[in-house]
Amino acid sequence: MRGWKPAPHVLLLLPAFIVLAAVVVVPLMLSLYSSFTPFRLTRPDSIYTFIGFRNYERLLTDKDFWIAFGRTVLLLTFALNLEMVLGLLLALLVEKASRGQRILRTIMMFPMMFSPILVGFQFKFMFNDNIGLVNNALQSLGLTDRAIPWLIDGQLAFISILIAEIWSSTAVFAIFILAGLMAMPREPLEAAKVDGCTPLQSFRYVTWPFVMPFAFIAMTIRSLDIARAYDIVKIMTDGGPAGRTEILWKLIARTAYSDARMGLANAMGYIAILLSILFTLLFFRQLAKARQQVGAEW
Amino acid sequence: MDENAGHRLKRSLLKAGHLIGLFLAMAIICLPGFWIVLSSLRPTVEIMAKPPVWIPNEISFDAYVAMFSGVGQGGIPVLEYFRNSVIISVTSTVIALAVGMAGGYAFARYRFRGKTAIFLGFMLTRTVPGIALSLPLFFVYAKLGIIDTHFGMILAYVALNVPFTVWLIDGFFRQVPRDLAEAAQIDGCTRWQAFWQVEFPLARPGIASAGIFAFLISWNEFALASQLTRSTNSKTLPVGLLDYTAEFTIDWRGMCALAVVMIIPALTLTFIVQKHLVSGLTSGAVKG
Repeated sequence: MRGWKPAPHVLLLLPAFIVLAAVVVVPLMLSLYSSFTPFRLTRPDSIYTFIGFRNYERLLTDKDFWIAFGRTVLLLTFALNLEMVLGLLLALLVEKASRGQRILRTIMMFPMMFSPILVGFQFKFMFNDNIGLVNNALQSLGLTDRAIPWLIDGQLAFISILIAEIWSSTAVFAIFILAGLMAMPREPLEAAKVDGCTPLQSFRYVTWPFVMPFAFIAMTIRSLDIARAYDIVKIMTDGGPAGRTEILWKLIARTAYSDARMGLANAMGYIAILLSILFTLLFFRQLAKARQQVGAEW
Repeated sequence: MDENAGHRLKRSLLKAGHLIGLFLAMAIICLPGFWIVLSSLRPTVEIMAKPPVWIPNEISFDAYVAMFSGVGQGGIPVLEYFRNSVIISVTSTVIALAVGMAGGYAFARYRFRGKTAIFLGFMLTRTVPGIALSLPLFFVYAKLGIIDTHFGMILAYVALNVPFTVWLIDGFFRQVPRDLAEAAQIDGCTRWQAFWQVEFPLARPGIASAGIFAFLISWNEFALASQLTRSTNSKTLPVGLLDYTAEFTIDWRGMCALAVVMIIPALTLTFIVQKHLVSGLTSGAVKG
């Protein structure tokens, strides 16, 4: 035996490992380390001072941080649930259509092609209190005579962001649920009908269990990318008015680059990363449970 | 008889309700994009008009002409941003595809220990929010002096795309029956030849759609690009769009035109691959 020859799968996976290690893992180690220092961009030596968990301790008592954290979780909960329900409805509507399914499916994918920053911009434009489409329409229809400050009032801004978020991501759910509906065999449904199920019952006990894994794929894909809300918020309100729509990722960016407190921001970043990982693991496990069903013929 | 008529009425009502619902849903999906396209084609006066002008009186391409004739409106060098976006997205896609093909093939064809764990590990690197990743990357890139360069952005986007390309390509290789390559090998092909002449052509449409998916992610990415780019050397279109909002008066028409320029390549490419995209993601994830 001359020389050690690695197994082929090791060789094949090596490039992926190297790239991910270089760009993701090693920098993340660095950020983990710097979250234990009072590192500021303006004072580079401060990275060598070790202060233990003080950044994290400070975060625990930081009201702004917890408000932003709570707001982020609230936004995600609302957005994911509404996207799921609306996606299901949309998929059912399209599946029922007897003609023009191809075109409908294509239109349905439309929002997925928009970059989050574009989604933010277009809703910023539509929700503009002065020239926006929404206010113009409401005023022309005579529903209101004053301009509603969609992006200026704290609560309305949150709702506007939620709408933008839902508009952009409902498609993901709709498409995967539709793929599931189309892959579903007809016989169980007919059997349920023969056995005297109401449409609601046959949906609940036949259709939904079959479609579930597809909904979980959509959830997993979506949860890989939950931080995309950053782009939308950044361009729509930039965290304003007066920090009322500041979400976790926006707060990180502000602490790191505007306040130049990298150490603290990295500590926040770690909390954000754990949040994302939690979301993904949650759905991935559900997916693994629901994996028995077969893939779709789209 | 009466029952029959009632039933028929109920059916046609249901049908009408379905059509109306469908129409409304599609209208909501299409309206924002349509409004942007329309706004980019009408004079600024009309966008600002009070009471609103719904139907444009004149259509002009002024915004696009201004944008592509050197320094565009509001002093925004759209042409440079466009060039950067194309270079960075295309290069990172090609590299991510090559890496993803190797990785996806390994996942689809070899059995080894810790397969699921490695796969999950790959996916977890993708969950790191761009902005959280940008902090240490910013620091490392600053030390290496590759901030605001094409190389730095390409490297970051390759890493961003590799988990997805591995996932998708893994799914497509699984759909190619293992026996085909084995038959080719029995007929005297090496494993390398069997891959390129049998398995690759069969999985090609899927690989193409993985490529387009990767391209779209790089094309649309903002959180990393906004921190790792500084000037026209490497700023991409999404970052360029933000240039408009930094000013006190927003040039809505110019922004709309830029938005249309950003969306057209994405739109065209997605239409081409929509079919393979969904089947790839589902077969990779469901069949496991």
